[in-house]
Amino acid sequence: MKKLLWYAFAIFISTSPASPSMAAMVAKRTVLNNGLVLLTSEQRALPMVSIELLIDAGSRNEPADQAGLANLTSTLLTHGTQKRSATQISEALDFMGASLSTGAGEDVATVSMTVLKKDLAAGLELLAEILTQSNFPQAEIDRQKQAVIASIKAREEDPGAVAATAFAAVLFPKSPYGRPVEGTEATVKGLQQKSLQEFYNRNYRPNRTIIAVVGDVAEQEIAQALNKAMKGWAKGTPGKKPAPPAEIGKAQTVRISKDLTQANIVLGHNGAVRGNPDYYAIQVMNYIMGGGGFSSRAMDSIRNERGLAYSVYSYFGAEKSHGSFQFVMQTKNETALQAIQIAKEEMGRMREQPVSEQELNDAKDYLTGSFPLRFDTNRKVAGFLAQVEYYELGLDYPERYADLIRKVTRDDVLRVARQYLHPEDLTLVIVANRKKVGEK
Amino acid sequence: MVSAFTSTINAAQVQEIVLDNGLKILLLEDHKSPAVTFQVWYRVGARNEKDGKSGLAHFLEHMMFKGTPSTGPEEYSRIIAKNGGRSNAFTSSDMTVYFATMSREKIGIELDLEADRMANALLGEKYFEPEKKVIQEERRMRTEDNPASALSEVASAVAFTVHPYRRPVVGWMQDIQNLTRQDLVDFYKLYYAPNNAFIVMVGDFSSDEVLPKIKASFSKIPRGPEPPTVDVEELEQRGERRVVFKKEAELPFLLNFYHAPNLKSPDSFALDLLTVVLAGGKSSRLYHDLVYQKRLVRGIDADYSGVSIDPAGLSIFAQLLPGIEISAAERELDRGLEKVKSELISERELQKAKNQVEAAFVFAQDSIFGQAMKIGYYEAVGGWRQMDGYLDGIRRVTREDIRRVARQYLVRDRRTVGTLIPTKEKSQ
Repeated sequence: MKKLLWYAFAIFISTSPASPSMAAMVAKRTVLNNGLVLLTSEQRALPMVSIELLIDAGSRNEPADQAGLANLTSTLLTHGTQKRSATQISEALDFMGASLSTGAGEDVATVSMTVLKKDLAAGLELLAEILTQSNFPQAEIDRQKQAVIASIKAREEDPGAVAATAFAAVLFPKSPYGRPVEGTEATVKGLQQKSLQEFYNRNYRPNRTIIAVVGDVAEQEIAQALNKAMKGWAKGTPGKKPAPPAEIGKAQTVRISKDLTQANIVLGHNGAVRGNPDYYAIQVMNYIMGGGGFSSRAMDSIRNERGLAYSVYSYFGAEKSHGSFQFVMQTKNETALQAIQIAKEEMGRMREQPVSEQELNDAKDYLTGSFPLRFDTNRKVAGFLAQVEYYELGLDYPERYADLIRKVTRDDVLRVARQYLHPEDLTLVIVANRKKVGEK
Repeated sequence: MVSAFTSTINAAQVQEIVLDNGLKILLLEDHKSPAVTFQVWYRVGARNEKDGKSGLAHFLEHMMFKGTPSTGPEEYSRIIAKNGGRSNAFTSSDMTVYFATMSREKIGIELDLEADRMANALLGEKYFEPEKKVIQEERRMRTEDNPASALSEVASAVAFTVHPYRRPVVGWMQDIQNLTRQDLVDFYKLYYAPNNAFIVMVGDFSSDEVLPKIKASFSKIPRGPEPPTVDVEELEQRGERRVVFKKEAELPFLLNFYHAPNLKSPDSFALDLLTVVLAGGKSSRLYHDLVYQKRLVRGIDADYSGVSIDPAGLSIFAQLLPGIEISAAERELDRGLEKVKSELISERELQKAKNQVEAAFVFAQDSIFGQAMKIGYYEAVGGWRQMDGYLDGIRRVTREDIRRVARQYLVRDRRTVGTLIPTKEKSQ
């Protein structure tokens, strides 16, 4: 029962450190004839290849009354093509010991694959098949609908996930960014084969796709192999730029009661988009306030000084068309109101006084010094390259990053704290045992 | 397949050095990327605790971040961070491990800090009570408000009667409450010494350069007392045990635990492959049957942990689909397990499982941290040299071996079955 005992440490391990490969990360960008953007980085140390695709096929492309369509489409990619059944696909993958996973977010769908070098050709063939010849058999649709509905229920058991969902719904009402990507039980039940096939035909197109390939293969070799494997993949209608949410919801308090020992708290409001020139100053500011793990003020005041929480952090999520700010923590029901009060004070303090020279320098030193640790493995390099392309950062981003952080001043930090933190105008979500929280 | 591995890492490339004070150092150079991971493994965990003192090893791990005469409380994490590193620690039943990953230019900082806290941790009184509250919050978050982990905790407590694996690593809430600072001080003095620890370092460094630095930092720490050994053998289980756990939840959960040997047994290779045959990937037997065909469970997972100091076991976990009776899922699971005991698996199934293990072996080398963890686990249990024979051991397993270990270990009388029954009081 080692695994059971081990459970208790899953979170520690998931924050496991990384090792850099910045020096080794020489990347190339090519656009194939069908519009597919290909990024490659040759890494010869291990006989393996990792592939990451970002496809403009997220839930923002689905009608609101068909919520869950993008997610179900992405799930079904590995459940039947014109050539292979779901069972044949999983058998082929397992026999190679390869991994292939798919998923959908609001903006993009993702496909990730890792194969041994010797299986690269077979892996690419299968990848091309699911991208161009998926056929959505009715029996598989029924199975996966049931699985998605179960997953929606399972999320209900995770108080942190319940809080995050409620927060998004308040912040971005009437927007794909405010509804769960999985949809609801009712919308998922209503999804039709025809809609899936149409969504797939329209959105899974090479000119809406970024592919990053990292590992034991040369750029030319992979470009040729992709041209061959995906030669039947025709251009479609180009994607539209993500539209900002139609409105930002008014701040409100949402209380969800469950039989829990802890209150799961999210405090927050609207944020900034990824392209905002203040993005880097915001990152520095947030590191000092609550993003910097054991180096942050929030960790000091809420965890170390008062022992109120095990996990406490703040976070600015920045997407192409929208962004959010969240301050997230768990504390026993009885101390929820106290913890919320301190979180608000920390936000206020960022707005009132400049941070110290030391805090500023420590934040910059961490952000620049640990940057290479973000792409320590082939798989992470593939993910990183795809993101760099998606957010239009340019392949020289790793070289530019340190300067973007270095030039942030104490005045900048104070300015962005005043501009982007609103402790008097917060949405509060609290998932807890309400009786014990003792709120009016 | 073999050619794929000739260029990759094996135990032969690990260097072992033992200092006069008993500290063992395991070095593996890997120049794929310009970073180094440095880990200190103490041979102590929940396994070494006494009744009524559960959570002590884990509590001490938290307090190791509260400073030494030369480093202030929580300053360790700050120093590593401002030097561009990432650090953390964890406690298991068997071990307590502290680690950081940094650039090769900076890793010397981590070396000095680890040597300092091996000998000079203050475990300051002032920080004891607040940290106790933090740990209680950790327990609430990870166990009490998480239905599957709460079930697992009770099931462990029933599956083991005398062996300390019956205790949760984080500790029972009441035990955590009752621990004193003196408990921590005594535990630290007894177990935190160079002769009860080892270092694993993997990454982009030169052993010739780094070894003198490690010696300079650690060799001045005196050898400690020989810590007491844990000589508890779990009693042979005679008859199935069942645990029913009721909690507010959405979906029922089922787990089976079977006692099994650790990697010191030659059966561990076949047990590893057995779990892959049962639940490794969507084409595996149990996944195909229970998830895909019969649609009884959301997912299914089988785990065999050979890397435990004392024999632990093989576990199977499944979360049910809405509306499915636990008895129906259990029946089908049992049918699948009986089948692997009564009939030989096919040649292709065996080959597929071996391919999965071999591919995973290569993929695992993508991360220096992962490699260091693996060296550490092997060293903790049976010595790091045992890693070397791993793939050969896997390759030698036959279909008959799989059937034999299934018959020998997947025995009803030696299992614990745990079920989570969701209760829903629709709340105020």
